[in-house]
Amino acid sequence: MPVNYLYPEYEIVRNYDRCIVCRACERQCANEAHEYLEDKNKMVCDDAKCVNCHRCVSLCPTRALKIVKSDHTFKENGNWTKKIINEVYKQAGSGGVLLSSMGNPEHYPVYFDKILLNASQVTNPPIDPLREPMETKVFLGAKPAKIERDENGKLKRNTPPHLTLSMPIMFSAMSYGSISYNAHESLARAAKELGILYNTGEGGLHEDFAQYGENTIVQVASGRFGVHTTYLNTGAAVEIKMGQGAKPGIGGHLPGTKIVGDVSKTRMIPEGSDSISPAPHHDIYSIEDLRQLVYSLKEATAYTKPVIVKIAAVHNISAIASGIARSGADIISIDGFRGGTGAAPTRIRDNVGIPIELALASVDKRLRDEGIRDNVSIVVGGSIRSSADIVKAVALGADCVYIGTSALLAIGCHLCRSCQTGKCNWGIATQREDLVKRLNPNIGYKRLVNLMTAWQHEIKEMMGGMGINSIESLRGNRLMLRGVGLNEKELEILGINHAGE
Amino acid sequence: MKRIYVNEKWCLGCHLCEYYCAFASTNQSDMARALCGVKINPKIKIEENDKISFAVSCRHCDEPLCVKGCITGALSRKDGVITIDRDRCIGCYTCILSCPYGAISPSDDGAVQKCELCIKTNGGKPQCVAGCPNGAIVFEERGE
Repeated sequence: MPVNYLYPEYEIVRNYDRCIVCRACERQCANEAHEYLEDKNKMVCDDAKCVNCHRCVSLCPTRALKIVKSDHTFKENGNWTKKIINEVYKQAGSGGVLLSSMGNPEHYPVYFDKILLNASQVTNPPIDPLREPMETKVFLGAKPAKIERDENGKLKRNTPPHLTLSMPIMFSAMSYGSISYNAHESLARAAKELGILYNTGEGGLHEDFAQYGENTIVQVASGRFGVHTTYLNTGAAVEIKMGQGAKPGIGGHLPGTKIVGDVSKTRMIPEGSDSISPAPHHDIYSIEDLRQLVYSLKEATAYTKPVIVKIAAVHNISAIASGIARSGADIISIDGFRGGTGAAPTRIRDNVGIPIELALASVDKRLRDEGIRDNVSIVVGGSIRSSADIVKAVALGADCVYIGTSALLAIGCHLCRSCQTGKCNWGIATQREDLVKRLNPNIGYKRLVNLMTAWQHEIKEMMGGMGINSIESLRGNRLMLRGVGLNEKELEILGINHAGE
Repeated sequence: MKRIYVNEKWCLGCHLCEYYCAFASTNQSDMARALCGVKINPKIKIEENDKISFAVSCRHCDEPLCVKGCITGALSRKDGVITIDRDRCIGCYTCILSCPYGAISPSDDGAVQKCELCIKTNGGKPQCVAGCPNGAIVFEERGE
């Protein structure tokens, strides 16, 4: 191209005093950013190919590499930023929709960071979780409205099907296809060891993972890929995916290049064909239609498994959630606008949806006001980054959280946000055999178990500090929360007081 | 007896084991200083062909042909580890010819070299194992 409008975003900086020319960087970069010059016995690199995934940096045995942001600049402009100008150039060149991956990275408020937790002092003592029992177990599903007894006075066992989790965390839906076999194996094995659940996403369930069925949520999405009776009955719960936080209102598109071998078999579509999930479910145009699907799935699973309805957090979320709670669903899952994706149009990802904290607070309040909160459990996702976010989410009214991005980070993701290229150097968002093997599930699952165990410890510490010994007593306990730097309206929606009040 | 085992399923062909091996025998603390500008001659070597790759180093056989063939007694087996006495080695390369795995190679200074499980350099902690980024090389007891 005679005119190149785009200057590389990153620069690969190599310290030649430390480079031992082992060529690991070259061998490990699927983007071919590094090259070995035989005649000079020297490594060189092409910055334009770098996506800043840190694979080379992490494997370099002598720490000879680092990636820096290029300081190449346009004339300073508070309105026309470098990013915006470059996007215009890209589209003027390609004529296409901009694609991005992972969650919305823009500078919108993160309400979790503006909420502080309480702790006990003097009048009610904190609890030391190392000395006293502390319960993080949760049960998801509809709760019976009242206790019923038979003619002999014995309790009637009228509990609808529910899920039991050792802690209020599940791995969110990521399909086999969008992520690799080894990534799925890591999630499945970790879920089993931890006593929690992972989610198949809409790509079906690989036959090898049927053994983790008790720890699996099987998803039914608009494309209905890989859905059959055995699939539904293998999982512990069935999730109907109506929307995704990263791309509310639009469907999915897994390119034909990723529909290879087992992915094609698992999705039950021909190899090489694009896997397109429509934006709507073509059989759902109302809560009544949704109810039909909920009951079809319950019928198919003999009313033994809870049905989850997953929606993206959008403007009238509480009214939508109220409808879902009356549809027969057992669990509502809400995905905030920061939620991740393997590929989404940039404009959708960055401009559609609302923050999960506000969505959660308003849904929980609406369902309580209407007296139907116990019809459903609420699971929230969309950038739960730490155990503190979990504690805050539970106090805002969530029964449990979904984590996707944090789980991927645990197994090596560096948030380079290039999943859509299919060349994930960490073996996660790729189907290329040589790249997939880079994620050894024996290591991956252990790292997930470590992360969750650490978070569980931290949750116990924070609960203990507040004088609470069971996560169930924290749910919806908004008195444990205070806002900082929030306006009246934000505090009202969150249902919390300002710090100092 | 703990031995080094390689699982080619997880080997990425990154060749880092070779560099950690070469570094292990330098007795230095900084890899960059030890190996900058050096052409390494490691005792573990990656064999690769198209899609498959795996690391090869001494198996420490129960009935080692190299020890049997060594004409000076430089190679010996003690506590399951086959080691080389560099002062006794005359560089006849009989061991290199007799090793069915190609795990013994000439060193840069006359005597032959082979994996000694880092017992002489790193307190018996094989550095190829410690440095493998994907758990493809393990050091474990398999009771064979």
